[in-house]
Amino acid sequence: MVGVGGQGILLASAIIANAAMLSGYQVKTNEVHGMAQRGGSVSGQIRYGHEVHSPLVAVGTASVIGSLEHVEALRMAPFLAPNGLCVVNAQEVIPVTVSMGAAAYPEDTHERLTRVFSNLIEFDAAAIAAANGSVRAANVALLGAMSTGLDLTEEAWHEAIAKCVKPKFVDINLKVFAAGRDYKKA
Amino acid sequence: MSTLMSGNEAFARGAWEAGVKVAAGYPGTPSTEILENLSKYDDLYCEWAPNEKVAFEVSAGACLTGVRTLTTMKHVGLNVAADPLMTLAYTGVAGGFVAIVADDPGMHSSQNEQDTRQYAHFARIPVLEPSDSQEAKDFLKEGYEISEKYLTPVIVRSTTRVAHSLSLVETSNRKPSSVAEFKKDPQRFVPIPAWARAMRVKVEKRYHELTAAANKSPLNRIEWADKKLGIVACGIAYQYVKEVWPEASVLKLGWAYPFPDELIKEFAAGVEELLVVEELDPFIEEHLKVMGIACHGRDVVPGIGELSPTALMASRAKLEGRPFELPQPVPESKDLPTRPPVLCSGCPHRGIFYSLAQLDVIVTGDIGCYSLGVMKPLGSLDTILCMGGGITMAHGMDKAGEKRPVVGVVGDSTFFHSGITGLLDISYNRGKSTIIVLDNRTTAMTGHQDNPGTGKTLMGESTVAVAIDEVAKACGIKRIVTVNPYELENVQKVLREEIAANEPSLIISKAPCLLLSKQRMAEPFMIDEDICVNCGTCLGLGCPAIEARGDKPTINTLSCTGCSMCEQICPTQAISQMNRK
Repeated sequence: MVGVGGQGILLASAIIANAAMLSGYQVKTNEVHGMAQRGGSVSGQIRYGHEVHSPLVAVGTASVIGSLEHVEALRMAPFLAPNGLCVVNAQEVIPVTVSMGAAAYPEDTHERLTRVFSNLIEFDAAAIAAANGSVRAANVALLGAMSTGLDLTEEAWHEAIAKCVKPKFVDINLKVFAAGRDYKKA
Repeated sequence: MSTLMSGNEAFARGAWEAGVKVAAGYPGTPSTEILENLSKYDDLYCEWAPNEKVAFEVSAGACLTGVRTLTTMKHVGLNVAADPLMTLAYTGVAGGFVAIVADDPGMHSSQNEQDTRQYAHFARIPVLEPSDSQEAKDFLKEGYEISEKYLTPVIVRSTTRVAHSLSLVETSNRKPSSVAEFKKDPQRFVPIPAWARAMRVKVEKRYHELTAAANKSPLNRIEWADKKLGIVACGIAYQYVKEVWPEASVLKLGWAYPFPDELIKEFAAGVEELLVVEELDPFIEEHLKVMGIACHGRDVVPGIGELSPTALMASRAKLEGRPFELPQPVPESKDLPTRPPVLCSGCPHRGIFYSLAQLDVIVTGDIGCYSLGVMKPLGSLDTILCMGGGITMAHGMDKAGEKRPVVGVVGDSTFFHSGITGLLDISYNRGKSTIIVLDNRTTAMTGHQDNPGTGKTLMGESTVAVAIDEVAKACGIKRIVTVNPYELENVQKVLREEIAANEPSLIISKAPCLLLSKQRMAEPFMIDEDICVNCGTCLGLGCPAIEARGDKPTINTLSCTGCSMCEQICPTQAISQMNRK
């Protein structure tokens, strides 16, 4: 899971980890705290399986990358396994380095994403979240789409969401998750 | 039952299960969440101390009453607490005493890389190194057993990837804690030279006893497999080794110091080739070489930055003498703009740094979010050394005869941490520096912990909110001004006046961290593109809500907090609040 500080990466990572645990796997995750969270690139890594040692993902081995932002997805491209799934939210967050003219934000991110990721879902997670009750649940809409590339049961996802989000937002998040999961079929 | 826990949650659970009675620390990534989590458990006392030395001493005092105590800090915090550490190693402890010290290889959120194991060597006390959350909990509990058996302080070394990784943990119940009762024994607890000389001998004797214990400890184990290559590994590096060399024999050292020499010899004798994989210093490798055991280590494993499975894949190739090429970044990800951390939209510190950038002054900075004031376009920080250094380095430049005015900047938590003594120095030694305290009413960078100025304790009780101006007054500072950092014109005026004054002055920039209040200050602003002449003035604030892609800037209304600084500096009045249109 990657994105920009404040987009809900850490919550989404916790949901994946719990869904994996509830499916009976060993699981390890890693995330970055502290200074890096202040508007910088943020990533959460999750590894699950029958035996897991390292909490860090090696390059070229991730089954799924979920990104809440275009450029951050491209930045993480080397981590994806061949034929891995990449889910990208249709959002471009302009870094200050670009605003002050020290760097350029590529104009052709859509074309680049299409070229780099053979198995790509590109969609407006925020719009799906908004249509199902809360614009703030874009991270969970993204999770819904990511779940199509992971061998975890729907029940495990539901239980993990119920465990990780505040009780009053569980229903909305389940609805947003389902909409994200169904996006590819639609 | 297994629960998914971060290393820091597991440390907290371990402290509770071990029957810890008193815990004190100072926030610092990646150690902060240990005490935050521990404070949620019942039957113990937890506090944020003003700094790590204080925290260490509080825990040391508490342990002399016979109860188990914990202190937590990041690696640089142990520098601050090194003084009590070195002598507690002499006096020893009564109840179990463990310091969890979290290193930050790769400097994710730190100003340097330090290997805390060197401090254990320096003080000749044990250091334990867990490699996942289960071990974080178990090793901490074992640390208390070792501490009480050998009457020694114990260090548990954590690292970023142990502290902030979630993995499964089996929990158990709490051991009843001892009742506090100090037993008078001055020859044991008072290191006047005559008694300290005896203690020095005891430290050496204890070192040899600990060596013998480490040889037999279940924290150290040999995992025999293919004997062509044997790897000595500790901490998180052990996990990477298991992924990258699944076939190799491994000597896992959870209790690496005092070095378990017999175990090391046994392992070395059983394998054809030996490799040491450890993060940061070649701590074990150098000892092996002192023992006369040939091994690979830094010749193939990097010693700068953090290790990872990817980094070790390269090490393995190097060891085997074959080429290794990291998967090359695809062309599409080569020229991407970097996204460094920045001061948040609406951050009160921005008003001060923007104003400082308009003046010809040298700015000595400190540790905290405001270190981000060094980034362009603000670019107004010139130095950072350590907590409190923002104040004292300004005084030093001034005394050296620096011609340009020097302004020192610290935060509220760092002021209480070690800024007060610096202020006292300026006032006592007839300095004339201008010091700014960025008082955002919280310890923001580490995730909003309370401090002596916030009126709340770690355990959620209300308490005295120590006023910075009163402390400064008591230190002998006569010129003290409080400003609202969002009022840019006034900030400029006050800065000019105070810098011109021929005596020390303290400016308190008082406004709460917006991340803490989680509220907008006002309706978002917008830029009228018909009025905007694209002069770029507003971009000089470095506000992440003001976006430009080479064209006229626009304001991202989702991230704008309505702080109005851009409106104040726009020379063409193109910026206004949305609801006023």
